[in-house]
Amino acid sequence: MKGLFGKIHGLKRTTKVDFATYAGVTIAFLAVTALRSGGHLSRSLTGMLVPICCYIAMAVSLNLTVGILGELSLGHAGFMSVGAFSGVIAAQSLQNVIPFAPLRLAVALIIGAIFAGIVGALVGVPVLRLRGDYLAIVTLAFGEIIKELINCLLVGCDSKGLHILFNVKGSLSIADLNMGPEGFAIIKGAQGATGTQTIATFTAGYILVMVTLVVVLNLVRSRAGRAIMALRDNRIAAESVGLNVTKYKMMAFVISAALAGAAGALYGLNYSNLAASKFSFDTSILVLLYVVLGGLGNIWGSVIAAAVLYILPEALREFADYRMLIYAIILILVMLITNNPLLTDFFDQLKKRIAFYLRGFGQKGRAGK
Amino acid sequence: MKEYPKPKLVPVPTTNIIPERDIGKSPILECRHLGIDFGGLTAVGDFNMAIGRTEIAGLIGPNGAGKTTVFNLLTKVYQPTRGTILLDGQDTHSMTTAQVSRAGIARTFQNIRLFNKLSVADNVKVGLHNQVEYPLWDGLFRLPRYWRQERVAQERAMELLSIFDMEGVANTPAGSLPYGAQRRLEIVRALATGPSLLLLDEPAAGMNPSETAELMDNIVKIRDTFGIAIMLIEHDMNLVMNICEGICVLNFGQIIAKGTPEEIQADPAVIEAYLGKRKEA
Repeated sequence: MKGLFGKIHGLKRTTKVDFATYAGVTIAFLAVTALRSGGHLSRSLTGMLVPICCYIAMAVSLNLTVGILGELSLGHAGFMSVGAFSGVIAAQSLQNVIPFAPLRLAVALIIGAIFAGIVGALVGVPVLRLRGDYLAIVTLAFGEIIKELINCLLVGCDSKGLHILFNVKGSLSIADLNMGPEGFAIIKGAQGATGTQTIATFTAGYILVMVTLVVVLNLVRSRAGRAIMALRDNRIAAESVGLNVTKYKMMAFVISAALAGAAGALYGLNYSNLAASKFSFDTSILVLLYVVLGGLGNIWGSVIAAAVLYILPEALREFADYRMLIYAIILILVMLITNNPLLTDFFDQLKKRIAFYLRGFGQKGRAGK
Repeated sequence: MKEYPKPKLVPVPTTNIIPERDIGKSPILECRHLGIDFGGLTAVGDFNMAIGRTEIAGLIGPNGAGKTTVFNLLTKVYQPTRGTILLDGQDTHSMTTAQVSRAGIARTFQNIRLFNKLSVADNVKVGLHNQVEYPLWDGLFRLPRYWRQERVAQERAMELLSIFDMEGVANTPAGSLPYGAQRRLEIVRALATGPSLLLLDEPAAGMNPSETAELMDNIVKIRDTFGIAIMLIEHDMNLVMNICEGICVLNFGQIIAKGTPEEIQADPAVIEAYLGKRKEA
């Protein structure tokens, strides 16, 4: 144990924070799993476990765009939506090909990530070349457009494969897909995905969160991540040291979109019915709220903010009508407190003191060897 | 430290001068009839200059003379309206700022531009971006090449920081460094890109006399250890006259004088630009 403390002390500070984040998420997962198997969790909370994981992954991935890249994206729910519906289509149509549900889920998540990444690249190519707030405007529009597009989508599957129709005039129905008798509908226009097999599990959610964390944190500590943060801090200086600005903006944005797509796919496979209207502007803002309150560029902050703020409205249910009022007040208080210089100073002091004691521990550990 | 003979400037084709020891080697940078107009205003007129491979060149002139504009033209922050820039014989006309940096020009800024939230070491590592490379995947999955190259980057960064004895602050955020240290860090970051020509925009601004003296030693030391050319804009005449071998004086976007420090100090056009004309009795 003493040797372990010595080893922890020898690591870089950022590495320590990363491992603390992984450890925290893992401990939370194990604790919740234990509580759940002991029957101590309420039904409503059990139902929220997968969405919480999805929103944590969403917040972490959005933090990559907003906090690490420094570009405002107001349509992150759009990428979640693309991932959700492509993931649902993949999972439903592969039912007979891959009967093993966890593997099908993994394939669906990867397909959701790929499609969302492609859409992210399409949005990013024209916009990320520009300077200023264009990305915010375009992603805002993108989120709305995607919602309308999916509302027009009719998708079914039979033995011949996928049938896709684009119901722009609103006059078509599932019957127009001309499927064989064994065919079934996957997406029914404005009704969204119906009859989806809910194969999402809390374990899958935990794995999704961990993969998202590993991707984002490893990116940030790598050569590419330094380049991304450099052009956030000073674009002109970044160009002057030879960085290809557009390339690194695209890289961050596409990875962020792909991770949102994977989160969306898991979310989509957690509900038997899911309409595109779920991924509205409100959802984008909600995720942005998690990121801002967790701290821009602060990855573990996003994890905690997403988890706490997702449960909070549920926990406040006993206040009935005043629920959203209290929720708003709590949000304002959090904002005030995290920006209060007196309190931040106090926490800095506390941190230093803890670090001092830990160091003492580590050195003792080394002396003991 | 290598001893350089007191330079004698000699003319090269067009109207340029470079130190005698760099003759025989092509100049690292050559500007021919370089100019830029902003609307109807000619910010830089007919700028001709050559810099030798190991020369320390100075660019001086009163405020608003167009000195920083020349730097912005050389690094392609602005696209020149006319003229050519030859970097090591290669025309930079179609290059972007990033490509010019990769081709070998590094610069610092008059108003400091560091990556404030990154640590001092990370600032230097961003400078090393095109020197120590590995693909995205190696970084995402932390494959062996990631660890190997990161170690190389760390060692190189510390080595570069040791020029200014800054290893001790390697882990502090660049934004929280004192002013003088931020200026030095900018130079280190520029050096990390492996340049053959280093452009320093007012490196001594805001420094006290002893810091300036130390900076002078360091600029010469950088030239000698890296064997590169340095071009600097500076208002501190002590620094310019002591370390620059060739000086170019700019006023209202036009070159009004070129020569060794001694020649410049005696040049009537320079004296007039700085002090005004003597009133005839």
